[in-house]
Amino acid sequence: MSATAGVGPVPGGPPVDETGASSTVSGYMRVWWQGVRAGELGSLPIIVGLVVIVITFTLLTDNFFSERNFTNLILQMAAVATMAIGIVFVLLVGEIDLSVAFVSAVGAVVMTLLLRPGDPGWPWWAAIGFALLCTTTIGFLHAIVITKAGVPSFVVTLAGFLIWSGVVLILTTQYSTAGTIRIQDSTVIGIANDFLSPVWGWILGVAVVAAFAAVQLRTSMTRRARNLAAKPIVLIALQTLGLAAVTFAAIWYLNEDRGVPKVAVILGIALAFWSFVAARTRFGRHVYAVGGNAEAARRAGINVDRVRIAVFMISGFMAGVGGIMLASRLRSVATNTGSGNLLLLVIAAAVIGGTSLFGGTGRVIAALLGALVIASIQNGMDLMGLASGTKFVITGLVLLGAVLVDAFSKRRRAARGGV
Amino acid sequence: MADASPLLECRNVSKAFGAVQALWNVDFEVRPGEVMALVGDNGAGKSTLIKGIAGIYPFDAGQVFVDGEEVHIHGPRDAARLGIEVVYQDLALADNLDIVANMFLGRERTRGAVMLDEPNMERAARETLDSLSVTTVKSVRQTVAGLSGGQRQSVAVAKAVMWNSRIVILDEPTAALGVVQTRQVLNLVRRLAEHDLGVAIISHNLHDVFEVADRITVLRLGQRVALFEREKTTQQEVVHAITAGTLDAVPGMETPDAEAAPTEVEA
Ligand SMILES: Nc1ncnc2c1ncn2[C@@H]1O[C@H](COP(=O)(O)OP(=O)(O)OP(=O)(O)O)[C@@H](O)[C@H]1O
Ligand SMILES: [Mg+2]
Repeated sequence: MSATAGVGPVPGGPPVDETGASSTVSGYMRVWWQGVRAGELGSLPIIVGLVVIVITFTLLTDNFFSERNFTNLILQMAAVATMAIGIVFVLLVGEIDLSVAFVSAVGAVVMTLLLRPGDPGWPWWAAIGFALLCTTTIGFLHAIVITKAGVPSFVVTLAGFLIWSGVVLILTTQYSTAGTIRIQDSTVIGIANDFLSPVWGWILGVAVVAAFAAVQLRTSMTRRARNLAAKPIVLIALQTLGLAAVTFAAIWYLNEDRGVPKVAVILGIALAFWSFVAARTRFGRHVYAVGGNAEAARRAGINVDRVRIAVFMISGFMAGVGGIMLASRLRSVATNTGSGNLLLLVIAAAVIGGTSLFGGTGRVIAALLGALVIASIQNGMDLMGLASGTKFVITGLVLLGAVLVDAFSKRRRAARGGV
Repeated sequence: MADASPLLECRNVSKAFGAVQALWNVDFEVRPGEVMALVGDNGAGKSTLIKGIAGIYPFDAGQVFVDGEEVHIHGPRDAARLGIEVVYQDLALADNLDIVANMFLGRERTRGAVMLDEPNMERAARETLDSLSVTTVKSVRQTVAGLSGGQRQSVAVAKAVMWNSRIVILDEPTAALGVVQTRQVLNLVRRLAEHDLGVAIISHNLHDVFEVADRITVLRLGQRVALFEREKTTQQEVVHAITAGTLDAVPGMETPDAEAAPTEVEA
């Protein structure tokens, strides 16, 4: 192998068998459990948390567990999850973006203004494209200040928070006396208000499960062919069955109401795409490296600033997508677009989902899991008719709990060496 | 071997950090197949010298030659292209990534344009570790955070020789290690030289230095005060050079001593 050029194999060095231990289901589970005990918790706490939340509210309220409410839950959390994907990337490199909510609002307002019939009356795709270009550019501008001037992202994006909230106010009040601008384009309104027909819902579900199985099988085969430890086929079959059960149950349940929401499809595509980028590409690897040890990344020849700039652009882009979803759902933008607790919900979603604030750990799926937790809690508390003060307190406590899990598992990892 | 022309040669390199003259007109060379030790007290400028060679920051003045040709190293990538690999004192591993990811950091192999070729990298990482007889690492898929000091050092060294490197520089590779692991790393260092790589090793432990090195360069307060051949010198002589080697006058700085000039050796 050319990789070892300069240093030939040393005879007598014992071959290390890697295929033995972890190629059986029990071996695989054992390795996973060791990881958990060592503080590599992954998505475990959050899934346990979700189950607890669902059971609690099902017991406490009459209609938490209903087709209608399940659909509403997805509609409520889609935009937050979408924006949280961008935040996951920013957190992965150990930075923060406090401007997402108002950047999303800028995207929504720009799109809405461009769509106004006859003035200028852009087609939906052009208006959306330009809006996303704007929000991505905003992310780029933040990142330039952060990397070139060396100002902490906390401060730069806090300034962005103020600036872009001002821009939203200026634009909305300038173009409407009432402070509300309605969206009339049916395609844009359809983003958050349309549903797939039952048949398309099923086709989609089958496609998702089949794609999962195909990717897993292919990975396992290639690794086996190269004599490397591979996920056992039995485990892949079990996982596929599990995924199929959950997916099909969800689709059946959604079809009982209005069908699979279009936003769910958009969110699904975004999750799949960005998961691929984070886990399977060179860029994704560099994101984790910068978050884990920026100096090591620099010495390895990685352009750390370029990685930082890219994640803020991703954050801006995903903020734009989320903002468009929210505007579509409300069929309008207004002076208060992007305000309220949107920012807090988005960041909380990423963190509750298991993205470490210390940088370097977390997965894109955290955005979905965290947004689900937050939306479930809020939705459940709404159904219980709790006062908004109480709701804030409880949401805050959940966030605190998630951060504590992160801190403790980090300490656990550190206790085992390194960090 | 002693007459081989140098693989790496620094001539009159200088580097200042603000008011601190970390290096002043330093000469340094490494020949193929030799282990060159770089010794000196804390703050003598050892790490600064190798970081300059590695392109972490530029020298203020002086020249660097590889294979007799002058080179200009502006960054870690330039150094890597010239076959220079550095194992840093602080190791520079990303704790959150596994061994494979660390060994290929910044040079990931891909299938197609963007997709990582994990099986390929995993195999190559394993083979490199095996070829260096690193047997203490069980799985190359464990994160670096969970490794012992010796294992981390082994990974860092393997990372350095993984590429078609010809010059490997190690900054205090045994500083944090126990007896057994120190022995393993020193064996590893000798093995690199036997494969005709040029090896430079920084160490505070003269016992280790005398065990592994062919020649010894001594830095003191940013200057090279001596160059020894191991077989023709003693630990006392080296210690004396480290603590009291003769310094040239540096403009703008008081020369701290004018003691006897004992240890200047051939350059
Ligand atoms: N990045 C930096 N900025 C400012 N001063 C520096 C920097 N790096 C090194 N120095 C200074 O340069 C001098 C040489 O430091 P260097 O790290 O090269 O010493 P060293 O010989 O490696 O010491 P040690 O044995 O403690 O590792 C010291 O006075 C140090 O304080
Ligand atoms: Mg040093």
